[in-house]
Amino acid sequence: MAAQAMMNGQAAISPAVPVAGIQQALARNTARILAAIGAVVVFLPLVLTVYLSVFDESLIAFPPRGYTLAWYGQILDKFGEPLWTSVQIALACVVLSLLIGIPAGIGLSRYRFRGREVISTLLLAPLTVPGVALGLGIYVFAVWVEESSGLALSGSLALLIAGHVLITLPWVVRLCMAGLVNHDRAAEEAATSLGARPLTVIWRVTLPAMRAGVLAGALFAFIVSFENLEMTIFLVSPGMNTLPIAVLTYLLYHIDPLVAAVAVAQMVLIGAALILLDRFVRVAQVVR
Amino acid sequence: MSAALQLRDLSKQYGPAVAVDRVSLDVAPGEMVVLLGPSGCGKTTTLRMVTGFVEPSGGDILVDGHSIRMLPPYRREMGIVFQSYALFPHLSVARNVAFGLEMRRQGRAERDARVAEMLRLVRLEGLADRLPRQLSGGQQQRVAIARALAIRPRLLLLDEPLSNLDAALRQEVAREMRILQRDNGLTAVMVTHDQDEAMAMADRLVVMRDGRVQQIGRQEDLYERPATPFVARFIGHSNLLAGSVQDGQVLALGGADVALAGRYAPPAGSSAATLAVRPERIVLAPPGTHPEERVVGRVALSSYLGAAVEHVVHVGTDQRVVVNGASSGPAATARFAAGEAVALCWGAESERVFDAADRVMPRSASNPAPVRSGHDSQTISKVASNAR
Repeated sequence: MAAQAMMNGQAAISPAVPVAGIQQALARNTARILAAIGAVVVFLPLVLTVYLSVFDESLIAFPPRGYTLAWYGQILDKFGEPLWTSVQIALACVVLSLLIGIPAGIGLSRYRFRGREVISTLLLAPLTVPGVALGLGIYVFAVWVEESSGLALSGSLALLIAGHVLITLPWVVRLCMAGLVNHDRAAEEAATSLGARPLTVIWRVTLPAMRAGVLAGALFAFIVSFENLEMTIFLVSPGMNTLPIAVLTYLLYHIDPLVAAVAVAQMVLIGAALILLDRFVRVAQVVR
Repeated sequence: MSAALQLRDLSKQYGPAVAVDRVSLDVAPGEMVVLLGPSGCGKTTTLRMVTGFVEPSGGDILVDGHSIRMLPPYRREMGIVFQSYALFPHLSVARNVAFGLEMRRQGRAERDARVAEMLRLVRLEGLADRLPRQLSGGQQQRVAIARALAIRPRLLLLDEPLSNLDAALRQEVAREMRILQRDNGLTAVMVTHDQDEAMAMADRLVVMRDGRVQQIGRQEDLYERPATPFVARFIGHSNLLAGSVQDGQVLALGGADVALAGRYAPPAGSSAATLAVRPERIVLAPPGTHPEERVVGRVALSSYLGAAVEHVVHVGTDQRVVVNGASSGPAATARFAAGEAVALCWGAESERVFDAADRVMPRSASNPAPVRSGHDSQTISKVASNAR
């Protein structure tokens, strides 16, 4: 702000360089216009989805005959079961990825050891692999294991959850590590010198310090698992449905505002969770 | 009386690098010993070996006569005050102080009483429920001290405790810490790189360099009788002039000769020597006018600093001497302009000569030195052998 004011002042009192002033104004306005375009691109679909979800039409047609909230009432009827499946899977993923991710995060940010880079890369790599490739790969692997050992892996719930943990774990590890970045290691030594054993130190000092990172990691793990479609599609057993798959299947046969209503409900729930979480811990500190 | 803390040939190696090299030290009960040296001298590593966070490569650490080398840090009962204070950010002041007592599973009532007593000791009674981030730097430091003392530690270890405080606050806190330590009879070891801080806080100082102890002694010992050129430079900013001793009485600098005040016996085979003279012990005079004239130089810079006047004088081809004197009063120094020739003058008690191995060069007996300086040289060799 101050810098901007100073530049303005400079442009005003130094007529010898009016060109520079014009260029600065141009650059500033261009930046603003680009930001505005960006905001429109991001928010317009969301607004349209909300708009669609209240159409009183069984086919999506402009302009609608009228408006209704009836679609929201049908969400649980039509999608209740897959929604519950998705929630269960996501919760299991949260628990598992916290159990693995918190110790991994502490270890990776606290200690320098042989193979640290390898482990770090392995834990974070699934973020860079497309979901389809991951899902197909796991599926083929499961079939191969099944054929050679008779172990019924493919289509099992355990495999589905394990697959999800693969993509939720990087988030938990990253956010746990981020949560410890500003933490003073001397606090742990202080606790030790006061008589705390190693595990007590982690429980009483390290974990409280990384609380924001853990909570943010849990939330992101939940979201990532909950909304995953590409990988899940390869791993679900016949007859089992997660919410995104149910929505996709529904879309194959119907084009009505119910899907928009489901999307809006999801947005609201996740948005509410984020706001609630932010009230307890400054998530913004670790998510950058 | 047996020592509260003993370091016996304590060493630490990181691969081929020696961080701490055979440090031995006895700390008496109730004594405050300060480890002093530039960064990288091994003082912090030495302290961390006492705390248990760094494992020694060799030597032993004894507390009240018993080795603690094998004890894990959580069983050593050391009260540590960290440079960053290392308070637990999510706990209130009272809970911070109570932490060590909780670890000892003390009863609630006993714990609360002890916390209240500690907060009274550091005068923070009213702030028990605050979080650390709501306190000023000085207050946080007092919480750290209260927390360390609450467990009735066997030793109080202070790691650069003043370096995160404002310069204005530093002296006051140093004084308070010293009084607290004295009044409570605490045995303490402090680490610092700040010479003034060390002088103000210590009963005894340990000057370290490159992992080795250079000298152990009281302030006066280090100041008046430095055992090495490094100590002379580090404590009191002595001028160091390198040259070679000729006929025991002249230090040839290259381009100039210093007529030494004493007579010296350089070790066989090497006449290389370093002369140490402190800036405030040198008197400036016009050449040929002063009975204790040692060498003539040319003034490079003359600065008026308020209470003091500082001259920088070029001597010989490439050496420099800093001279400090009072700017006014009965002992006011004469001022010389840049470019003027000036004689540097000092008495025998102000000069100290070291040989090529940085040992104090003894004054030779053949010289009928004044009584005072003869006594001085005996003390020197005693101190020097103590330091080794």
